[in-house]
Amino acid sequence: MTPSRFHPASAPDYLPPAQMRSLQLDRLRSVVERAYAHVELFRTRLEERSLAPSDIRGLEDIARLPFTVKTDLRDTYPFGLFASPMQEVVRLHASSGTTGKPIVVAYTQADVDVWTNVMVRSLASCGITHGDIVQNAYGYGLFTGGLGAHYGAEALGATVIPISGGNTERQIMVMKDFKVTAICCTPSYFIHLLERAGELGVDVRELPLRAGVFGAEPWTASMRRHIESAGGIRAYDIYGLSEIIGPGVAVECPAQNGLHVFEDHFYPEIVDPETGEPLPEGSEGELVITTLSKQAMPMIRYRTRDITSLIAEPCSCGRTLRRMRRIGRRSDDMIILRGVNVFPSQIEGALLAVEGTLPHYQIVLTREKGLDQMEVQVEVTPEVFSDQIGALEKLHDKLTHALDHTLGLRVAVRLVKPQTIQRSEGKAKRVIDRRNQG
Amino acid sequence: MKIHQLSLFLENQPGQMIEPCRLLAGAGIDIRSLSLADTRQFGILRAIVSDWKAAAALLEGAGYVVNVTEVVAIEVEDRPGGLAELMTLFENSGINIEYMYAFPFGRRDRAVMIFRFDQPDAAIERLNGAGVNMVGSGDVYNRLS
Repeated sequence: MTPSRFHPASAPDYLPPAQMRSLQLDRLRSVVERAYAHVELFRTRLEERSLAPSDIRGLEDIARLPFTVKTDLRDTYPFGLFASPMQEVVRLHASSGTTGKPIVVAYTQADVDVWTNVMVRSLASCGITHGDIVQNAYGYGLFTGGLGAHYGAEALGATVIPISGGNTERQIMVMKDFKVTAICCTPSYFIHLLERAGELGVDVRELPLRAGVFGAEPWTASMRRHIESAGGIRAYDIYGLSEIIGPGVAVECPAQNGLHVFEDHFYPEIVDPETGEPLPEGSEGELVITTLSKQAMPMIRYRTRDITSLIAEPCSCGRTLRRMRRIGRRSDDMIILRGVNVFPSQIEGALLAVEGTLPHYQIVLTREKGLDQMEVQVEVTPEVFSDQIGALEKLHDKLTHALDHTLGLRVAVRLVKPQTIQRSEGKAKRVIDRRNQG
Repeated sequence: MKIHQLSLFLENQPGQMIEPCRLLAGAGIDIRSLSLADTRQFGILRAIVSDWKAAAALLEGAGYVVNVTEVVAIEVEDRPGGLAELMTLFENSGINIEYMYAFPFGRRDRAVMIFRFDQPDAAIERLNGAGVNMVGSGDVYNRLS
């Protein structure tokens, strides 16, 4: 691979590392100054440590800065971490939080431009160009996936089909009739789409589709093998999170051996998930990201809870951007279901609200026809049990509705007999994940 | 004239009935009548037993959720129109029959039905007013065919 035919926007992908470090330091200093000047929480935390933005003299000084965690976004809901006045904010997105309240993220026009830039580079890295017809099956709306991929593909000059998520049969018809060459969606949804296509007698391998950009949830090497052979495409992993910008924080390249982090905008660190201490290069730990150029909502040392390691060695694709290994697990109990973040504490909150006390429950995750399914099993308690079917059905409906409302996705509820959910040392095992079995 | 009925939560899958039956059998408790209501996911076993207090304690001890409900056992004439006549008593009364099932031990030309009313006291008042015979708990438990 030679960088001779790369997209002009991809130039920073090939910067010599020394030049990249110098750019990062300049941007780190200005983002810290910006957050210090405009975000009260950040300023207070620096003052508590007797630190000032001028104490950032080298990149290694980043380790002296306090972390930002997901609860900071919740505690300052909705706009407390904004560093720009609302007049300069051109877009708000939101993702699910831990207590039913979403986490709100903001973008200035410059932020949207950065996002578009990293998405152009992401799609280019997956071999997508201006001749491609891109079916964007990420959800459009508050979720960052849909619009993030949309703007990037459009700026790249590709033809975008903004089909959003769901309605699988229509997706298959459009893919076939519109001669789609690339698709963006969650990997589990694409597997579901492949299965449905098979049932409808459509062999995706025979369609013009040749690339898939899959993200918003962790997936495995075996899922990639399945997608690539059953779909006749190359499947690329893309990484991102709303708190940082959305999709486009890191992406694979034709080497498919780690995701290049767009380091000119997102500075990655790996820390010990327990102690928060920075770990030596190459070690596995929690990914921490600092947004180097964000205006509306700078994130300083954001704890992603994703476990990975960084690869500094040069990549065969020619990009000099450091790579992160694919995310295999998280340091918290967050579940990613069909691209939506779910915390067991959200489920507890919904059960508690309906029943008044917290019943024993268990979350069972399975994959049916490639699509992730969640069943919440709830033990029936004497307080809610009735001799009338109608009363239990009403309880079932109330639980389903409460979970639906809190999580923003359909979840199956099953009422089970007391004492049937296994308890170990008095504490029930809350999550049974059978998605990657067999 | 109310009698106590036990309700048990069961999951709708094979093998769920045998354990409660065995538990009651082991304690020498007789099931006088029962009905099983089912949905796709779960079921409710409702039973009239010879000693409801002992049965409830036993089943709860075994981990079941048990609900005790007061129901009314009513004698119905065992001939065409017998049940229809009884129902006339509740026509336009606003009293709802949540569910009902038959009690196996009738007496000659009279059958016994178990009724779960939403307003049992109002129902009993109407039954008394019409001279309908209700079967008390002692009588229910002691009846044998």
